[in-house]
Amino acid sequence: MSDLAVAPRSGRRWLLPVFLTVVSLVYLGPLLLALVNSFRDYAYTAQNGYISFGGFTFDNYKNAWEQADFGLHFANSAIITIPAVILTLFLSCCVAFVVARFSFKFNIALLGLFMAANLLPPQALLIPVYRMFRAIEVPFWVSDSGTLLNSHLGLILVNVAFQTGFCAFVLSNYMRALPRELYESAVIDGAGVLRQFFTITLPLCRPPLAALAVLQTTWIYNEFFWATVLLQQGDKFPVTSSLNNLRGQFFTDNNLVAAGSMIVAVPTLVIFFVLQRHFVAGLTLGATKG
Amino acid sequence: MATTYRGINQLSGRDKVIVGLMVVVPTLVVVWLVWLPAIGSVLLSFTNWDGIGPISGIKTVGLQNYRDITTIYPPFWPAIQHNLIWLAVMFFVATPLGMFLAVLIDRGVKGTKFYQTSIYLPVVLSLALVGFIWQLIYSRDQGLINTLTGSTVDWYGDPSVNLWAALVAATWRHSGYIMLLYLAGLKGVDPSLREAAKVDGATERQTFFRVVLPVMRPINVIVLVVTFIESLRAFDLVWVINKGRNGLELISTLVTQNVVGEASRIGFGSALATIMLLISSVLVFFYLRIVMKED
Repeated sequence: MSDLAVAPRSGRRWLLPVFLTVVSLVYLGPLLLALVNSFRDYAYTAQNGYISFGGFTFDNYKNAWEQADFGLHFANSAIITIPAVILTLFLSCCVAFVVARFSFKFNIALLGLFMAANLLPPQALLIPVYRMFRAIEVPFWVSDSGTLLNSHLGLILVNVAFQTGFCAFVLSNYMRALPRELYESAVIDGAGVLRQFFTITLPLCRPPLAALAVLQTTWIYNEFFWATVLLQQGDKFPVTSSLNNLRGQFFTDNNLVAAGSMIVAVPTLVIFFVLQRHFVAGLTLGATKG
Repeated sequence: MATTYRGINQLSGRDKVIVGLMVVVPTLVVVWLVWLPAIGSVLLSFTNWDGIGPISGIKTVGLQNYRDITTIYPPFWPAIQHNLIWLAVMFFVATPLGMFLAVLIDRGVKGTKFYQTSIYLPVVLSLALVGFIWQLIYSRDQGLINTLTGSTVDWYGDPSVNLWAALVAATWRHSGYIMLLYLAGLKGVDPSLREAAKVDGATERQTFFRVVLPVMRPINVIVLVVTFIESLRAFDLVWVINKGRNGLELISTLVTQNVVGEASRIGFGSALATIMLLISSVLVFFYLRIVMKED
């Protein structure tokens, strides 16, 4: 790649790396600031300002964890995110399989119905969803609120409905590229649709499924709007919505908030550093296959 | 037993049921939770339902809600203005910035991995979290800016600056996303195109604007639509800052306030929602046309 790119005019070759390093540091800046100050004592930074050195402590993490009840909220996040991701991927595989494997007249319309749903602004659908959820009763073992409103199940369903479109689109593109001969020989062998789906299509779709799983986990974990409006009891919030617990009404300890932010960021940062390849693949799969 | 493959005709009765279920179940979920609510928002926007009485007691009031919104609802025009400013900044600043950084990184200097990673790191963070992280920079008493400059501006609280403060934070994240998309696009551009342009004596700038950029048209369109849609549904960041009041009104926050706030005005909020739906459906239409063209 580099030998094809036009070389910078000689004599100023150093300019580009220096510029990009500065830009990179500016982008990392807010996170580094939060990271460093999450380890510092509030009294110390209040007195000496952020541009100082010292006052290091782990207390913010301990306090943030207890004050925001992160144990509970991480559990909530897991209860919401894991089933939502699995369900989203499974349902979108089903739709994508049918769209890619068979040619019905309404296939394009069907995909459009799913895709458009993914792009509509959620706030525009809030009122009917909120009212419906409030009216739909569920047994108490599903939710102690007795309705879909204020239940994790409701939130899972909304997330699934919104994310299925994007995944179905990416997967159907991928599945369409699979050689049709595979299905032909399967049919000749007498394999039914279900067996074709589970033994041919799904195993071959491992790469896009991995990418989408990583991407969806990040998105649903990060989801803020629906969680905030559909769950009204603080003890049901996932971590992203529970950060607010660390803000006082009149006074906010910013170092405590920084520690809380770092705790909330950990799962996505792990994904970023460990599963980066899949994350990027997921993001760009949707964009470049167009 | 059939010996030739004839597509759909091959389906047994049981298979037909399975295929049907594979389509119908996901479709029902999406129709129930996205399309019915969308229709519901539009229908409710013509009514005066206060959300308390029975649905049978709803009266239609024609365009009254729309008239009220545009004439006697003070936050409406500021919200429209803020959404437009948001869009303008994302479109004219964040997107070109992301594209510019992608071009620089694509030149393949040493350390590419580091630059790329640092710039798109914010993309994995939620916008709500971004709001909390930038509080360290913007806070009046302790924030980085005020510590460095000695100013006493409340960056998140002062209605004359807080929109811009939020936009800087949003740009931070959005430009990384755009950089990533364009970087993928640039990698996909056939190198021989650039070679040919170079042989023909085109300057670097000419090569980019006349050869590379046009080739990336699908990505350009997708980036454009993503930018528009994200600007329309911007919500998390301002909600975290101050629930979208006091200088940070957006259409999305007005709808939300009208439902979960103290005064729930269903018809009124639905009219706002319908306005959002109208704008977004134009964008969605263009997006789908481009994305599905090859079919």
